[in-house]
Amino acid sequence: MKLQDIKSTGKKSTRDGFGAGLAEVGRKNDKVVALCADLVGSLKMQEFIKDSPERFFQVGIAEANMMGMAAGLATAGKIPYTGTFANFSTGRVYDQIRQSIAYSDKNVKICASHAGLTLGEDGATHQILEDIGMMKMLPGMTVINPCDYNQTKAATIAVADHHGPVYLRFGRPGWPVFMPEGDFEIGKAIMLNEGTDVTVIATGHLVWKAVEAAKQLEAEGISVELINIHTIKPLDEAAVLKSVKKTGAVVTCEEHNIYGGLGESVAGLLARQHPTPQEFVGTMDTFGESGTAAQLLEKYGLDTKDVAEKVKAVLKRKG
Amino acid sequence: MADIKELERIASQVRRDIVRQVHACQSGHPGGSLDAADVLVALYFDVMKHDKAFNMEAEGEDVFFLSNGHISPVFYSVLARAGYFPVEELKTFREIDSRLQGHPTTHEGLPGVRIASGSLGQGLSVANGMALAKQLNRDDRWVFVMTGDGELQEGQNWEAIMSAAHYGLDNLIAIVDHNGVQIDGTNKEVMSLGDLAGKWETFGWTVLKMRGNDMKSVVDGLNAAKAEKGKGKPVVILTETEMGYPVDFMMGGHKWHGVAPNDEQLESALSQLEETLGDY
Repeated sequence: MKLQDIKSTGKKSTRDGFGAGLAEVGRKNDKVVALCADLVGSLKMQEFIKDSPERFFQVGIAEANMMGMAAGLATAGKIPYTGTFANFSTGRVYDQIRQSIAYSDKNVKICASHAGLTLGEDGATHQILEDIGMMKMLPGMTVINPCDYNQTKAATIAVADHHGPVYLRFGRPGWPVFMPEGDFEIGKAIMLNEGTDVTVIATGHLVWKAVEAAKQLEAEGISVELINIHTIKPLDEAAVLKSVKKTGAVVTCEEHNIYGGLGESVAGLLARQHPTPQEFVGTMDTFGESGTAAQLLEKYGLDTKDVAEKVKAVLKRKG
Repeated sequence: MADIKELERIASQVRRDIVRQVHACQSGHPGGSLDAADVLVALYFDVMKHDKAFNMEAEGEDVFFLSNGHISPVFYSVLARAGYFPVEELKTFREIDSRLQGHPTTHEGLPGVRIASGSLGQGLSVANGMALAKQLNRDDRWVFVMTGDGELQEGQNWEAIMSAAHYGLDNLIAIVDHNGVQIDGTNKEVMSLGDLAGKWETFGWTVLKMRGNDMKSVVDGLNAAKAEKGKGKPVVILTETEMGYPVDFMMGGHKWHGVAPNDEQLESALSQLEETLGDY
């Protein structure tokens, strides 16, 4: 893939990608069951319910019970997908996930919509920016944050074939669709553009912001190596190290607190194996607030210009 | 027909195993373990259809979940005596590198355990999920789950109690070990449970009762619960027990919830519990 070839084909939400993927994997695999805590429309689960009504369980506004039920269904060999907002998929039910799912080695797919600031007007009660951190700390948990409709759809289908608990994080807003349709390999970084001056590693919605920034930077003569990391855990350490050894500088981009997120995982890896100047695009240990997605990304420093500024900042630190 | 005398003999050995496990590592929860012994023995040696060649998915088998995981000593003893793993392994309870963790877990691969428990209030939800899966699979066996009574103070239980009735899970049987006490005192002192029977009934369950330290009452109660299948409602058995039963100095309060006996107390307890199947 080349930077100039990465183009948006229009806007669709990542949660729509989840809904499409869930319906498809439900048709292909009759072990797949789905649960939802009174957010069927928000999670786009209608198509699955229409196709596989006997394998859908509405659990009401009772997320703790949903996680336990999913663990029980998994014990019997089912592949449960739970659906609710990211906040209620993690913080609200951390102990249920920890004991009944992660420690119990249950094959549950925790599907979390409306993650991050871009859910917008509902405000900070719903804008979780700590969920990646909570989930990646659980032993055995796979953490995936796809970047667009196509990648979310492919990830939703792929996680059914991975035995073990998965946290699949996606969002609310319409968002540029720019990744090709097709396969999804858990734990495999995707090289979006090869470059030599700096490595930019982005996940989720921020991948598109990083694409826009990289185009601007290339026009200014800065050669950007751009990596799309959809799987935060397990991190594709080989891909990160290979790129950073070449460029000698790195910027990480995510719609998450800089504490506990992708940037921290990359920093930990580099500190252990190849210390490198790094800048972080993420929220700076703060809650969000009400506003449109675009306003919030701008105010909290997660916009295209912020990626570009951090690249220039890290280049100044490069030896 | 259940051989009540034989079940009582097994329960006596299980109770010896309990106090010996807790004594050996000087930690664990003997009180609730002792009072729940009759129910677990009746389940595993009479009422449940189950296979000691452990299969996690349990298709065609009855399943038991222990939600109040701190009474692991009784669970481990019953599983071992039922042939899930060597009885000798009870020696390793709470030791380093053991499959017999302080609270039960699937994580160390101990046959017979299907879910980790210890953090209270989660088992009933898991049992809901298993019962739904059995219905989906047209598997006509039952799902049993034991909870403590103090454990019902955890709100998640009431979510699960609501959902089991909503889904009409008449293959689900909850057993509340109602000994009336918890760590800090009686249920009444700590957080009143109120009219438990009325609460479950109002949530849409069939409520049965049994005397949990009377083997005939236990077997009859469990069979009566199974007989409710086909009526579209989950069943709870409020099971009256006495913490520490039948060891005289462990009964009559909450003191022995989570205390290990010393050497002298062990001897006294063992003198009250007949060795029927051979100590490990």
